[in-house]
Amino acid sequence: MSLEGQLFLALLEGTVSGLVLALTALGLSLVFGVMRIVNVAHGEFYMLGAVVAWYVLTATNSFLAALVVAPLVAGATALVADRFVLRPIRYAPEATIVATIGLLYILQQLVLSIYGPYARSVAPPVYFRLDFPWFGYSGYKIVVAGLAALLLAATWLLVTRTRIGLYMRATQQDRETAQAFGVPVERIYAAAFALGAALAAIAGVLVLPIQQAHYLMGLDALLLSFMVVIIGGLGSLKGTLAAAFMIGLTDGLVSVFFTPTLARIVASVFVALVLVFRTGGLYGEGAA
Amino acid sequence: MLAGKLTRRQALKAAGALAGAGVASKLIGPLSIDPALRSTIYAAAPSGSPLKIGFQVHRTGIGAAYGKWYDRTATAAVKLINEKGGIAGRPVEIVAEDDGTDPKRGVEVVEKLAQQHKVDFIFGTLFSHVVIASAPRAGELKIPYLVVSEGYHVASGKMNRYTFQPGITDVRAQVTALAPFILKNLGKKITMVFPDYAFGHDHRDFFGQAVAKLGGKIHGLVPIPPTESSFTKYFPKVPAGTEVLYHVMVGPGVLTFVKEMGEHFGKKKPKLFGFIDSLEAVDIGSPGLEYLEGSYLWEAFPRYAGQYNTQWEKTYRERVGVDANGASKSDPKDISTYSHMFGVWETLFVIKEAVEKSGYKSPSDYKGFIETLEKIETFKEGLEHPQGTKRFVGRLHQGFGQQFVSQVQGKKLKVVHRTKIEEGMYTPDADYTKQPL
Repeated sequence: MSLEGQLFLALLEGTVSGLVLALTALGLSLVFGVMRIVNVAHGEFYMLGAVVAWYVLTATNSFLAALVVAPLVAGATALVADRFVLRPIRYAPEATIVATIGLLYILQQLVLSIYGPYARSVAPPVYFRLDFPWFGYSGYKIVVAGLAALLLAATWLLVTRTRIGLYMRATQQDRETAQAFGVPVERIYAAAFALGAALAAIAGVLVLPIQQAHYLMGLDALLLSFMVVIIGGLGSLKGTLAAAFMIGLTDGLVSVFFTPTLARIVASVFVALVLVFRTGGLYGEGAA
Repeated sequence: MLAGKLTRRQALKAAGALAGAGVASKLIGPLSIDPALRSTIYAAAPSGSPLKIGFQVHRTGIGAAYGKWYDRTATAAVKLINEKGGIAGRPVEIVAEDDGTDPKRGVEVVEKLAQQHKVDFIFGTLFSHVVIASAPRAGELKIPYLVVSEGYHVASGKMNRYTFQPGITDVRAQVTALAPFILKNLGKKITMVFPDYAFGHDHRDFFGQAVAKLGGKIHGLVPIPPTESSFTKYFPKVPAGTEVLYHVMVGPGVLTFVKEMGEHFGKKKPKLFGFIDSLEAVDIGSPGLEYLEGSYLWEAFPRYAGQYNTQWEKTYRERVGVDANGASKSDPKDISTYSHMFGVWETLFVIKEAVEKSGYKSPSDYKGFIETLEKIETFKEGLEHPQGTKRFVGRLHQGFGQQFVSQVQGKKLKVVHRTKIEEGMYTPDADYTKQPL
């Protein structure tokens, strides 16, 4: 393949994976920003989204139904987890890490015992092949990237332009003051946790036709999401977006011109550099 | 020491009782009693103490699709063995334990089966990283360990006297036998896409050797890490001028891999030669796989009925519960791993043959079991070996069988070529029989 072809493929693949990654990581960042907790089970909501979507699609054959039901199921699961796991331990940072590790295993094993250890896929709702001069590309991937961009924009609007978004930002800045001003902090916590889970689940639904629903698929998503929020700064939506693009594009470029393994190494080095020189991440609160 | 003494004493008791039971069954036999009643007689007699075979199975993890079918095949084979009077007159009992397709867990499973369940033999492991981790522990525990992995690790001499692979041909033999067909019919400039661990490395090394010997050229190598879930970024590494793309992939991402390969190359694709591993447990008619039409795939045992037409293949297929399209009889979407799971069936019959020939009674007879198995040279085609006759090389602990090349025609696989056993055989380097027991 010619150099332009390779460069184009790298940028295309990088943009698409950057957008999907941003959508996957957004929930993790949002939950940390508002609730100050690290949700280790985040990847499992992504997995749950894909698995529920598989069931819905097999039963109804409607992708739209899957796009609605899967985030609802994930969101409801998150609400239950919030009420019965996180609230009783008062969102203490260390305790929530341990509790969400437990949640990770509970969700994973539940899916394993109900859905089974299989990797199952579905046909994409829209399928066409884009034929570039150098190579072909799945049209559905472009559609996914577009939908991810729309959802990112919608979340942005939700956080910056609505009352609930205002409450979230207020809680993020100062929990006690927000409560003093009548912000229902506990309900905002629950809402943020459910929203984070729902966003991850939507990402899971969207990738289902590209990949397969498998009970272990959440681990990789979690790892990448953590990389994104560490580089971007936990709690910063802008940072999440920037970091997701950075990881997506370096992954695309390094994978195509060197090797995909090197791409992962480069991303890990980024994380290490950020942790050493810019503890709060690029857009985090610790950053100047 | 105590355990050893107890076992010997038990063995003596069992042997005595066995002789008694033998007489009893001879007496009862001609009266042609109800088989169910006969089995209760066996069970009631101490001679009927079951032969316990430990089954290390990938129920979860990346090997789950294979594990499910290995499990079904083992169950079907044991049912048949027990219907026909068990092994050396003893009923067979499978003790299955999930290893999560995880090497660390694999070692624990071997220990658990050997020490806690006190099984007579362990068998059934598939994924090469689990085999390579578990085999040394089986060697230390001195328990015969029969894998169904198709990796070259057993024949390489790197395992031990206790590790065998009699039921499925190893990768080195497979690719050696297939290379002439690929070079003659598809092209000489070949790029290989393979998983970046032991199993893929066997492909790379031995197919590379075979190609060089026949005057072909490995044009490019594209290793893919085993946990990868997106493959688009690997395809630009297939160099221009590639005539044949040789692909072999395993794990949950196989369907994504094949689909993305089709999307990438479109009509300008090189000729494709794949290992069915890239499509095991996957429906050839899946959306996105239309481009495979006309391409070639290796099969160890043809998935579609009628492609290898023997009465034994038919009975085997029926017994395991596979329909004419290679799917489960109860769920047409549940595609089998037909080119691998026959090895489970055949390995159980190898255990039966070696136990009966060596007069194995208890773990104190492992020496006889192993030496007897090492001396066997052929497993004849039949219901016990439906995939075909196997040549067994005792010093390598490895079986060798015929291979098939199939072409995708009308979204099905049609056999177009069959290799002879000799085409895959190579000069053995290793000799396990020299190792102490």
